[in-house]
Amino acid sequence: MNESILLLSTLIVPLAGGLLLSLQSSANTRDAISLVTASILFLLVLCIYPYVLNGDAPGIILAKPIEGVSFALQVEPLGLMFATIASGLWILTTIYGMGYMRGANEPNQTRFFFCFALSITAVMGIAFASNLLTLFVFYEMLTLATFPLVTHKGNEEARRGGRTYLGILLFTSIGFLLLATLWTYSLTGTLDFRAGGILADNVTPTTAIILLTLFAFGTGKAALMPFHRWLPAAMVAPTPVSALLHAVAVVKAGVFTILKISIYIFGIDLIAETGAGTIALWVATFTLTAASFIALTKDNLKARLAYSTVGQLSYVIVGAMLANAAGIIGAAMQIAMHAMGKITLFFCAGAIYIATKKTQISDMRGLGYKMPFTFAAFFIGSLSIIGLPPLGGSWAKWHLLMGSIDATQWIIVGALLLSSLLNIAYLIPVAARAFYAAPDSNGQPHGISEAPMLCVVPLCITAAGTILLFFFGDALNDFISLIPLRAPAQ
Amino acid sequence: MIYQLPAIVLLLTLLAAPICSMIRNGDIAWKLAVIAAWLSVAASMALMHQVWGGNEISYHMGGWPPPWGIEVRIDELSALVLILVTLFGSLVITVLRESLRTAMRSHRHSLYYTTFLLCMASLIGITITGDAFNVFVFLEISSLSTYALIARGRDRRALTAAFRYLIMGTIGATFILIAIGFMYMVTGTLNMADLAVRLPEHADNRVVQASFAFFIVGIALKIAIFPLHYWLPNAYTYAPKATTAFLAATATKVSLYVMIRFIFDVYGVEFSFKQMHIDALLLPLSVAGIFIASLIAVFQSDVKRLLAWSSVAQLGYMSLGIAMVNVAGLTATVTHMFNHAMIKAGLFLCLAAMIYRLNSSHIKDLAGIGRSMPLTTGAFAVLGAGLVGIPLTAGFVSKWYLINAALENGWVILAVMLIISSLMAVAYIGKIIDVAYFKPAPAQHKDVKEVATSILIPCWIFALLTIYFGIDTRLTAGVAGRVAETLLGVGL
Repeated sequence: MNESILLLSTLIVPLAGGLLLSLQSSANTRDAISLVTASILFLLVLCIYPYVLNGDAPGIILAKPIEGVSFALQVEPLGLMFATIASGLWILTTIYGMGYMRGANEPNQTRFFFCFALSITAVMGIAFASNLLTLFVFYEMLTLATFPLVTHKGNEEARRGGRTYLGILLFTSIGFLLLATLWTYSLTGTLDFRAGGILADNVTPTTAIILLTLFAFGTGKAALMPFHRWLPAAMVAPTPVSALLHAVAVVKAGVFTILKISIYIFGIDLIAETGAGTIALWVATFTLTAASFIALTKDNLKARLAYSTVGQLSYVIVGAMLANAAGIIGAAMQIAMHAMGKITLFFCAGAIYIATKKTQISDMRGLGYKMPFTFAAFFIGSLSIIGLPPLGGSWAKWHLLMGSIDATQWIIVGALLLSSLLNIAYLIPVAARAFYAAPDSNGQPHGISEAPMLCVVPLCITAAGTILLFFFGDALNDFISLIPLRAPAQ
Repeated sequence: MIYQLPAIVLLLTLLAAPICSMIRNGDIAWKLAVIAAWLSVAASMALMHQVWGGNEISYHMGGWPPPWGIEVRIDELSALVLILVTLFGSLVITVLRESLRTAMRSHRHSLYYTTFLLCMASLIGITITGDAFNVFVFLEISSLSTYALIARGRDRRALTAAFRYLIMGTIGATFILIAIGFMYMVTGTLNMADLAVRLPEHADNRVVQASFAFFIVGIALKIAIFPLHYWLPNAYTYAPKATTAFLAATATKVSLYVMIRFIFDVYGVEFSFKQMHIDALLLPLSVAGIFIASLIAVFQSDVKRLLAWSSVAQLGYMSLGIAMVNVAGLTATVTHMFNHAMIKAGLFLCLAAMIYRLNSSHIKDLAGIGRSMPLTTGAFAVLGAGLVGIPLTAGFVSKWYLINAALENGWVILAVMLIISSLMAVAYIGKIIDVAYFKPAPAQHKDVKEVATSILIPCWIFALLTIYFGIDTRLTAGVAGRVAETLLGVGL
């Protein structure tokens, strides 16, 4: 009973914190509440670890609207990992957001922090959902809660971006994801996430391919091409939103959903036997290569990072569709590693904007000596995304490569290597130009002029995090190995 | 007392109506009407309690045993429809006084309450009677009172709308009368249970087949099944504000109930589906209705008319459920009948509150209303989510069953089409929400204020019920599931 309440409180705490802060008139109290809420949530998530490490799966049923389908929460290792990343990075983003929003003098800050808290509630719901319906509910909640954040600026560009955002995400989720969910229900009579999957004896190979493809495209948040356009469109949002939601929470919710469906609805054996993932696998391979090429052409820093995210997300999908142990571990690790790396890059982009109002990469020549911490962090984050040791990202890429070799998919091995080269090509020049190119001629005074401390400290922490993750890769590997890939023997 | 409940539930409103007409003071008449209406809600709940789990009540009017006397028959389906009519009717009548204040001179008010109560009583009568001819009589009373209610709209076009409905309604009622006459000709009885026993042996009789055809066309006119929906959009658009909420909730739903009762109980599943293939007719018409009406709704600029067209589309969902001929489909029909009544009544009520302040239901005038009337718009948004079928709202439960019914029959394409139609609902509701929250308010509506609490409370009751029935579905889908099994004759 105790652990059920603990689980439920991971949803209630951010929600209550959001409501509480929306009632405050003083900006300082509001931000303090935000920070305290984030910290409490992170501690609560950590409190769940002992149960999972003991092999328990705490759960709670909230409602039972339809025969065979409940509205319920249950913990499993993958979801717990996702919740930890999201809630942990929420603390840093809150600190960063306080600096950014004040530095940029954004209006409607209370609405901003309220919607942020609401989004985190939805993310916790996605992470701990015990069945597809619950996951779907929180998935839609996340879309709707982030919409006011995307349109925060309120100008025509923001509204247009918001319309693309809502249009694509709602269309794919209702059009494909809901259909696939209903179809699964009509085939199996249940929607629960179970070890080894629930579809195993209920589908023909053809149905399995159609279903998994519907799921992959229906999870629009995973940004599989051609439904990736919402992500660049969402970059009109203030940078803290892009950082936590569109590099971590929202997009990771997408790939997390796909990963969870592959493991707990289909079961990796079914995918491997029927080749159900074939279409999604090749579309993802195409996406990760094509997105890298597009990223090369973008001069706007946030747009380049957005396309980089599109590409990196497809790594997770590739890992899930390879349907072997190494692939799944690689995919799960990629969720963690990319989150840490990409949030660093976005934090840096925001800090550069706050300090210099610059958004185009070509304008950033020589900025490195003005903002050494920011660009050093950017460099470290870039290396982690590319997957070079001694940074966390290397483990994810390593396992994914192992997974593709295990599956004897040589073309995918090639695509992954090619994409890594492309990552170098579009990420390294940003930091390299900042340090090695001469600054613009209208000589500004030398000396350090960083963004506010509240912005710089979090990005240094996340940069350090990518290094730490390399050395603790083993522990993470052990934890991910707890994910039950097959049904327990009877 | 308990034994007399089936009579009491009808008599409360039926007797309150003439008394109301004799009271000159509108306020006292309103109080009487409200008390009578809410007492009938209590009686319906008590009846539901009695039949819960699949029981049936048979009550003989005046002590005459059927088939000679008039029988009142209540099972779970009729109890559910009773709750629908009385509960949603009472909620609307509670706000009626506020709504009439500006619309009509006060000495007329009591007559309006009389008409309203009469309409409610006749709908209750249709629901509980076990006699085919009584169905016709009450149907006529309900139609006549509805014409009067619609014609009271402030817009002069309300008169033509009422006249159109009068013509269509009369044709429908005549067809139903012919159908009942034919049945009586062949079997010599009017009691519905008795008819159900006697009709199968005359299944090959052309007269019975003709009566079936007459009946279906007649009742389809009343339900406004596409393409016989011609009267509905205008009637809903020009009827007085709060009255639309009542009509949208009850009138078409009770007609649908009659259709279910006759197709499944009186004519029987064997005759209706195996011999007459009514499903082959209903299926394409429903699908066409859903798509065409949704499409028209997307392009409406008057919100009242938009919601009216959406009603036509939603009625398509309900008739579609019948055409599936499986338990999930019929469950969806009955569940959606209840859920949609609640959602649409709530939407029209919220809209009535907005019109009360804005004096317009044009979508442009709703701009920025999310800030000036946050509580009303909030309720509207929740109900809108219910209409679209967002999970954890009542609308989701009915759509879930409907799509499952399609998949159960192996009609994947139909399931896809249903989801596309949901997206169209997203489009037309989203259009309103977008304007309400994200557009600046026009200059002439700068000082619009929230409406009185007495209107807000019923709006929010509808909104909260929409969420409640999205989570606890024992009353809706639970009853509907048992009803569907009984009607289709499975699981017995």
